[in-house]
Amino acid sequence: MESSRAPASASGFREATEVPTGRLGLWWFLASETVIFGGLITSYVLLRWRHPEWSSEASHTLNAAGGFNTLVLLSSSLTVVLAHEAVAHGDLPRAARHLGVTLLGGLVFLCVKAFEYSHEIAEGFTPLTSLFWSYYYGMTGLHALHVIGGMIAIAAVALGVRRGRDAQRVEYVGLYWHFVDVVWIFLFPLLYLAS
Amino acid sequence: MANAHAHEPGLLRRYVFSTDHKTIAKQYLFTGIFMGIVGGLLAYVIRVHLATNGQPVPGFGAVGPQQYNSVVTMHGTIMIFWVAMPILLAALGNFLIPLMIGARDMAFPRLNMLSYWIFFLSTVILLVSFFVPGGAAAGGWTSYPPLAVSPQYSGETWGVALWLLAVALEFAAFLMGGINFITTAINLRAPGMRLFDMPLMVWMQLSASVIFLFSVGPLIAGAILLLLDRVVGTGFYDPARGGDPVLFQHLFWFFGHPEVYVILLPGLGAIAEILPVFARKPIFGYRMIVYATLITGVLSFLVWAHHQFVAGIDPRLATPFSVTTILISVPIAVMLFAFIATLYQGSISLETPMLWALGMLVVFLLGGVTGIHLGSAASDIYLHDTYFVVAHFHYTLIPPVVFSFFAAFYYWYPKMFGRRLNEVLGHLHFWPTLVFFNLTFLPMFVLGFAGHHRRIANPQFFEALRDPTLVRMQWLATVGAVGMLVAQIPFLVNLVWSAWRGAPAGENPWRANTLEWTTPSPPPHGNFAGPPVVYRGPYEYSVPGRSEDWWPQTLAPERGAGA
Repeated sequence: MESSRAPASASGFREATEVPTGRLGLWWFLASETVIFGGLITSYVLLRWRHPEWSSEASHTLNAAGGFNTLVLLSSSLTVVLAHEAVAHGDLPRAARHLGVTLLGGLVFLCVKAFEYSHEIAEGFTPLTSLFWSYYYGMTGLHALHVIGGMIAIAAVALGVRRGRDAQRVEYVGLYWHFVDVVWIFLFPLLYLAS
Repeated sequence: MANAHAHEPGLLRRYVFSTDHKTIAKQYLFTGIFMGIVGGLLAYVIRVHLATNGQPVPGFGAVGPQQYNSVVTMHGTIMIFWVAMPILLAALGNFLIPLMIGARDMAFPRLNMLSYWIFFLSTVILLVSFFVPGGAAAGGWTSYPPLAVSPQYSGETWGVALWLLAVALEFAAFLMGGINFITTAINLRAPGMRLFDMPLMVWMQLSASVIFLFSVGPLIAGAILLLLDRVVGTGFYDPARGGDPVLFQHLFWFFGHPEVYVILLPGLGAIAEILPVFARKPIFGYRMIVYATLITGVLSFLVWAHHQFVAGIDPRLATPFSVTTILISVPIAVMLFAFIATLYQGSISLETPMLWALGMLVVFLLGGVTGIHLGSAASDIYLHDTYFVVAHFHYTLIPPVVFSFFAAFYYWYPKMFGRRLNEVLGHLHFWPTLVFFNLTFLPMFVLGFAGHHRRIANPQFFEALRDPTLVRMQWLATVGAVGMLVAQIPFLVNLVWSAWRGAPAGENPWRANTLEWTTPSPPPHGNFAGPPVVYRGPYEYSVPGRSEDWWPQTLAPERGAGA
């Protein structure tokens, strides 16, 4: 405790904890996102309990496409880690390249998702077909919006890093991308596999 | 001030698109006060309409049942989301957190500016919704489905969609603000300021932001589903299609009840700052108040279903939620007792901020005590949705939103604008407000016990409600409400007049300890010339052995004093 009474450093104002302010803010942001998806997932699970017949509807989701997308998203989380690693070694061009691969992963994910949507709608399963499909489109749609948002952020950071600016932001978009990934890890079994 | 802030930003950057937390605080403050006037005028419409058997309301016109629902809905929405939140959380938090912890600004100043402008946009959308075909939302401020989903029930066409959009934007704004508050309080504290050296106001703002951040998510999810039901035509809340309307109530109140504490805690924080200064005594039980705040925050997540005792929830849920609801009054009572103990044997001076603070404690006590009736399921089943509930939540929300805000306003106005408010006008504001407030809401307890249902557009329609005593109570409440509105005129006059003609405040007009009083009034861009160094807690008043009865947090200990 006494050490926190230490006088100010030469720069004057400084951070009171060991955690950089940007990372701290991002963790709280992710906490708020967690409760948004938490609310959605909880209400879905509670209703699912009441409607055992949803399992037959869930069997119409494309498990193979969903599984492939899970793989893509997990791999893109790996490349974000590699980008962070590259920043730690001071190799900013390599970090930007890894972020580019991550963006590619996000793009593949969205394309597969679009293919799934169009396939399911062609089969007659629209958001209005039943409550299960309302949840399916609502939850995966909100997740897809987060993927798009994450891609925009990653693109902005990658452009900056390539010019050698704001390398600490690689870690922040990386954390966000992992979060998007984790949400998908919850959605995939709940909406695809649990039939 | 010869540092990085040498170049002066342009007028637009300084007053409109400013990233300075003090300017943003003023923007929230004036938006909040403006919306408060709008919400107050809606209250005037409600009260005059109810007391005159549906005669045209002077200045507004006749109020039909549809319009009445709309006015009541918008009054509640505005007062909670567009007055209480921007003033207590955003304005006070933005202004005070950086100043009280010795920071130059918020952790993310540009995010801060963005949050205000999103809030501003939400305000515009909400105000526009009054003028769309079908009028503003009319499903109650809670927007329960099916009332809010189906135009055939609520009568409006665009209102609810715009309401949802406005509320969603507002939540996004306050989420950004909350993340900013939390990060700032954790990471931007001045050298020497440990967590337990923070003024209680900062603790309360921090706790309120955390509570908001963890509770609002489910309602955002619920609002998305409601919007889909309304606009796309899904059936999330439609039992005919497998959905559940009570689900929305759970999602709403999971946020809605913690929200009460989001509003209350900053209000109590202001009281905690003011009482020691005007009693010249340390706050009683600083750490106890902090722990009580944290316990309140945790418990506030476990009480929500007491709003749904009559909504068809599992009766086995009623008892646990009754217990948690009664339980949460314990930490709040701890805080109130600590505040009262702070006054004991103090040298109390009754200047306007202290009057409002003491008034807050008195009326809030009444609000808290009547909460017991509603917290226990057995009596709530009778009192639910009666005027007793209306009286109760006005007695719990007006103390923080009106009394605490005015206490804070009279106390920090000198810091904000560099001049002191007029004391005579302050007394002319406080006493009538206190009297008329009680005149408005005490009769409503009687109405509620008599079984008078709330949200009835015209009570004359029901035989039982034509009882002369009940009619008289409605009259009294209306006289009180109009009086309370008129009593705000001295405040508005004071606010404007003192900004130009008030006596210059100087750095520290109240001889207070906390860091904001060590800067010029108003503080310049960047607040402090250099980082202040903190040596002690915020409430060292009347310390034995010192010639002065206050001891600023930044005053270096004298050499050899052994402190």
